[in-house]
This record gives sequence, C-alpha cells and structure tokens, in this order.
Amino acid sequence: MVVIKGSFIILLFLFLGETVSYFIGGFIPGSVVGMLLMFASLSLKIVKVESVKVVADFLTKNMAMFFIPASIGIMEAWRALSDNLTFFLIVSFITTFLIIAVVSLIQEFFEKRRR
Amino acid sequence: MKDIIFSSEPFMLMLVCGSFLLGTYIYKKTKFALFHPCIIAMAVIISFLLVFDISYETFSKGSRIIHFLLGPAVVALGVVLYEQTEYLKQNIVSMFTAITIGSFIGVGSVIAIGKIMGVDAQLIFSLEPKSVTTPIAISLSNANGGLPAVTAVTVVVCGIIGAVFGPKLLELIGIDSSVAKGLSLGAASHGLGTARAMEIGAVEGAISGLSIGLMGAMTSFAIPVIHYIIN
Repeated sequence: MVVIKGSFIILLFLFLGETVSYFIGGFIPGSVVGMLLMFASLSLKIVKVESVKVVADFLTKNMAMFFIPASIGIMEAWRALSDNLTFFLIVSFITTFLIIAVVSLIQEFFEKRRR
Repeated sequence: MKDIIFSSEPFMLMLVCGSFLLGTYIYKKTKFALFHPCIIAMAVIISFLLVFDISYETFSKGSRIIHFLLGPAVVALGVVLYEQTEYLKQNIVSMFTAITIGSFIGVGSVIAIGKIMGVDAQLIFSLEPKSVTTPIAISLSNANGGLPAVTAVTVVVCGIIGAVFGPKLLELIGIDSSVAKGLSLGAASHGLGTARAMEIGAVEGAISGLSIGLMGAMTSFAIPVIHYIIN
C-alpha cells in the first residue's frame, strides 16, 4: 500500500506542478514546481515523509537509468550535432568544468570565511 | 518477425534495464571512470538498434515508461530537499549565491562560445539548459526555441562528463568541503552528478540532489533574463 500511496502523492504533485506551470506560461517547468510544492508540503507537515519515502527513494536512487532513453536521442540529433561537433564538445567540456569550479569555489569560500 | 519480437515494448524495456545492469556491472568490476554505466548502456543499445535495423522512433515509443519516470524523479527530489533541511538552513546564503552565479555563467558561457564560433542561434538555444536535469532542460529548450533532441543528448553528455571528470577536477582545485563537492556536481551534471556524489558520501549525495532542483529553478530564470539583456 505504501508504494501506491507514495506513487499517488508524487504523481499528484507532478500534476499540480504541470498545471501551475501551464498557467504561468511554462516559465518554470512543471516538475520543478512539483518539487517545490513537495518540499513546502513536507515542511508544513501537510504530507508525512513516511508516506512518500519508499517511492521517492526508488526514483532518486535509480535516476541515472531514467536518462538512457533520452541519450539514445543522439541517433536523431546526430545530423545537427555532427555539423557542429567542435562547438558541441567545447561547450560540453568547458561549461561543465566551469560550473563545477565556480560553484565549488564559491561554496568553499563562504564556509572558510564562516570558520 | 523482427518487428514483432525485437520492437515490442517488453523487449525495449528489457534492453534498457539489461544494458544498464551490464554497464553497472562492468563499471563496478573495472572501476574505470570512462566505463560509466550510461556510456556502456548507450553503446549497447545503439549497436543493437543499428544491427537489427530498428528505428529510434520504435525504441523511443517502447522505452517511454522509463523516460516518463524522470518527471516524478524531479518531484521526488523535493523529499531529498526536505531531509536536508538542516544543511539547507545552514548554507542557504552560500548555496543560493553559488548556484545563481553558476547558472548565469553556465548559460552565458554557452552563448559566448556560440557567438565566438558563429554557430546557429537555434543550436545555442538547444545547449543553454544543458546543465539541468532532462525533463527541465527539454521544457526550457522547447520554451526558448531549441531542438529538444539535441538538448537531451547534450544534457546526458554533460552529466557523464561531470560524473567522470568532476571528482578529479575538485581534487585538482583543492576542494575539501562535502557541501561544495555535492553542490557543484549536482549543479553541473544533475542526476548523473548526484549518482557519482552518492558514491563519494551521503552528505555529498543529498546536497547534490538539492543542487539539481536549485540549478533547474535558477536556470529557468537565468535564460529569459539573459535573453532579455542581450536583446
């Protein structure tokens, strides 16, 4: 029962998120709105964490596998990508490294200053 | 016969789960970073589809249940976020600052490199949301005039790059803080960065999950703002 209850609550928040997102013109994706609503409802004790924990753990711990169907999209996107392969690779590597460096250095800077 | 047996939904789902299991097994046995489960799964599935001449469309239709789970997985990150409320409270200012600057630099650098190399605007739009998790990135790409298929691939590639090279880079620039490690891996490489961060430690993993959500929300905000400033 805990799986069905958890699934229902998570799907409900996804649905609410998608609905809110639609009415604000898609400015923030439905899944993100759903995540924020889920966080707010747990914090305000509207939803008990035990009700969603099992399903939420399943979803977050296996997230890497859920990316596979999208990654096979490379078969479709290959034409657009192969013409601009240098750009694609430069952007992927440089910006990923840049974000990791910037975010970690800022966070570490704040933590060191606090001590 | 091929159409009926190898193109059926159970077979496609089995292919995704099986290739991921194989990828995880090889990754754990070899401990070689480039053998990321997703890279192996991609190689196995693409070879299979090419050899048996199965179209991407057939695969995409058959595997859509797994793809769909990305949406609920993002909602489930709200639970991870809740469980880390303490860390969130302690680090709210630094995390918010780091992710805000990170998302603007992420989007800005794609546009800058694109303009320097003179590539098509549509391709730039497709790559702008590349550091956020797939369901968010695809909606952002759609909303801002990109090609969703290109976005989806770039998201996964950036995820793998961060998961494979991220920990080395963090070591190289001398990052000690667990929060900083988790935050940066989630910010640059979403769920794939989080999966890697969970291997480093529990705090890293949880903060990284939180970071996916923050980065998704901030990037949703950064893209229209940067477009508005440029035009």
